[in-house]
Amino acid sequence: MNEQLNASGRLIKAPENFLTPTDVKTVFNEGKQGRRDFIRRAFAAASTATAAGVAAVSASAAWAQANPIPTEGGDPNILNLPEHATGLGQGVATEGYGKPSKYEGNLQRRQSPGLTQTNQASVSFAPLQSLFGIVTPSGLHFERHHQGWWDIDPSKHRFMINGLVKNAKVFTMDEIMRLPSVSRFHFIECGANTAVDWGNVAVPTVQYTHGMLSCSEFTGVPLITLLELAGADLKKGKFVLAEGGDGSSMTRTIPMSLITSGEVFVAYGQNGEMLRPENGYPLRLVVPGVQGVSWVKYLRRIEVGDQPYAAKDEAIHYMDLQPSGLHRQYTNIQECKSVVTTPSGGQVLLDKGFYNITGLAWSGKGKIKRVDVSTDGGRNWRQARLETPVLSKALTRFNLDWIWDGKPAIIQSRAQDETAYVQPMYKQLRDVRGTRSIYHNNAIQSWLVQENGEVKNVQVS
Amino acid sequence: MFKFPKIAIAIFLCISSASAFSQSTKYPGVGRDATAKEIAAWDIDVRPDFKGLPPGSGSVAKGQDVWEAKCAQCHGIFGESNEVFSPLIGGTTAEDIKTGRVANLTRADYPGRTTIMKVSTVSTLWDYINRAMPWTNPKTLTTEEVYAVTGFMLSMAGIVPDNYVLSDKNIAEVQKRMPNRNGMTTAHAMWPGKEFGKSPKPDTQNTICMKDCVPEPKVASFLPEFARNAHGNLSEQNRAVGQQKGADTTKPEGSSSQSNATIAPSANTPASTKSVDNKSDNKAVFALLSKNLCTACHSMDKKIVGPGFTEIAKKHPGKLDYLASKIKAGGSGVWGSIPMPAQNINDSDAKIIANWLANGAPK
Repeated sequence: MNEQLNASGRLIKAPENFLTPTDVKTVFNEGKQGRRDFIRRAFAAASTATAAGVAAVSASAAWAQANPIPTEGGDPNILNLPEHATGLGQGVATEGYGKPSKYEGNLQRRQSPGLTQTNQASVSFAPLQSLFGIVTPSGLHFERHHQGWWDIDPSKHRFMINGLVKNAKVFTMDEIMRLPSVSRFHFIECGANTAVDWGNVAVPTVQYTHGMLSCSEFTGVPLITLLELAGADLKKGKFVLAEGGDGSSMTRTIPMSLITSGEVFVAYGQNGEMLRPENGYPLRLVVPGVQGVSWVKYLRRIEVGDQPYAAKDEAIHYMDLQPSGLHRQYTNIQECKSVVTTPSGGQVLLDKGFYNITGLAWSGKGKIKRVDVSTDGGRNWRQARLETPVLSKALTRFNLDWIWDGKPAIIQSRAQDETAYVQPMYKQLRDVRGTRSIYHNNAIQSWLVQENGEVKNVQVS
Repeated sequence: MFKFPKIAIAIFLCISSASAFSQSTKYPGVGRDATAKEIAAWDIDVRPDFKGLPPGSGSVAKGQDVWEAKCAQCHGIFGESNEVFSPLIGGTTAEDIKTGRVANLTRADYPGRTTIMKVSTVSTLWDYINRAMPWTNPKTLTTEEVYAVTGFMLSMAGIVPDNYVLSDKNIAEVQKRMPNRNGMTTAHAMWPGKEFGKSPKPDTQNTICMKDCVPEPKVASFLPEFARNAHGNLSEQNRAVGQQKGADTTKPEGSSSQSNATIAPSANTPASTKSVDNKSDNKAVFALLSKNLCTACHSMDKKIVGPGFTEIAKKHPGKLDYLASKIKAGGSGVWGSIPMPAQNINDSDAKIIANWLANGAPK
């Protein structure tokens, strides 16, 4: 086992890393009776084979120390001053547009192998397992394209309003950006997020189960302002069509109630800069609480009408098949949902002891009211802390202290929104909608923490 | 495409019912009136009541020609292909056409759902073919071709006969034969507002329970061991520092060397940075393949519509000029009967790609 220790000059964390799986099993099996003595013995045995990193651990406690004092009497990372403490650093504006640290290269949006057959009509998932707070870095925002993405010259982009309006209007980006703007945080979630797990577990990590989810501060102009400029007939005009300017010219019917409430806006800003091309530069629709497919990118046209439009993504896709064989059409709202992002599938807890269970909650109907967390598969629950800000139709971060005793644990989170609706269990959802619905899976997610520390995506009965 | 009805309505409304409209004058100088020509150019949507449908017609026979030239590469000769997109045609019966409900949608064991099984409105097919097809050249079909291709698809599903000519005059009759025309419901709680009637309560009612809520849970579903590494090495998909690490899925679970690989990526060489460096030589080629939409039909190793790049490289090593000419001209017969159309690609791009293929298509 020596080769394990030299990999990076760091200490391997105890105890699982230097014990064989059998040893680990024994450690935990015998943990109940005289754990301290046993662990001390096990550590002593291991230390004959692995000089470093063990002596300090044997010091005491039932909890293995994650950051032990090495035998040299100190951590070389402290004792030997590194180059960055003894040399000259780099100058300003070395990067005109700064990038993440080179050590953060593992955070990438990723495709789920085999999910789609082309790259232009496909999905990439945001790495939720490694993100903090509620804002998704723009470069890690999930992607869903229907016919590839473009980087469109904003000086040539036009936005049109027609249909049941007094005067059909054309706006340039200059004009839209001249109007009074709003800046609001909202989540965007694909209606098909978590779709692959409708029937059973199909993917390993939270990136692939829940990663068609992002949250940004968007800046733009309320659509109602623009409709009023065109003199829209808001009495007869009960439905609004939004249309993209790219190859697929995506269309969706937008709920009028969210427009008249002032919530829907045409956005050009995202997290302090312009939208990214993959997210619709220079103009996209923001439809808070509604599935991502309605947030039409490269927005070129809004039409006011008196009937819904049955667009391709309302009459062929993005409909929810019920056990009766009927499809629910015009399903828009993303109902209340939450997920623990750490510990989550594919991660490994290296030690027993303290952990911060953390995750995200959101609702398409308003603010998150509370989140509860279970570590025993839904039998018993504790209320989690909601971190600020808690905003309507935005992601909300929750945290909960947890001391892992090394035994198998099934971690779940359950959110409630301000309408008092509570996120359902899988059984409740399937009892009503069956397992072939594809869209709008907002069931409670389970992560199994195994004795060896490895976390698995599971569903419980 | 001139849209007489829409414009006529707009004009009519302007004159007759100005009182229904409230036009804001709060922001003078912002926006201008759209011209009739501009509206005609962009207002191409067709509604279920056929508002927006341009007059015209197209025969099933003509549709078959268009289909084979422009659609079959991706959708299959009979719209059955699952290679590039979900199958379009299949799964409906003559009985479905009578009832307006597709019986196979009630069967949990029925494999897959085709477009024609799901779609309730024929306008949706016309609208999407017109606005977004063909895949690599959207909005290039003539109105006649759109009618013809729509008609051809309907004939493959047995909705119209083989000698049918679909037109704006008879499309409403066709709507009455759509197999899933009665298959939709808006009785759900997921549309905000009352446009579809009063919204029912949400369909699940979980409650806040804190203690002894469910019986001892059992794990009912988990990822099978063989799929452990199907999404790549998860240790390279988690931050290398923090309260947890990613599992090294290149090794069996619980193997003693697991922790080694889990920790290794942290210090000086993040795993993914390393792998990107190895591939950087070919990055430019991959960008060209993507830019020129080659990847719509070709993947790296496996056949999609056309052969995989490595398959091509294996068959034609060193044949730079041949490959460059094939990339531009297309052809059929070398890899099967599905033709590759001629490509609108510039010479230098074609040459770079051909050179890469001739040298074995390294990844």
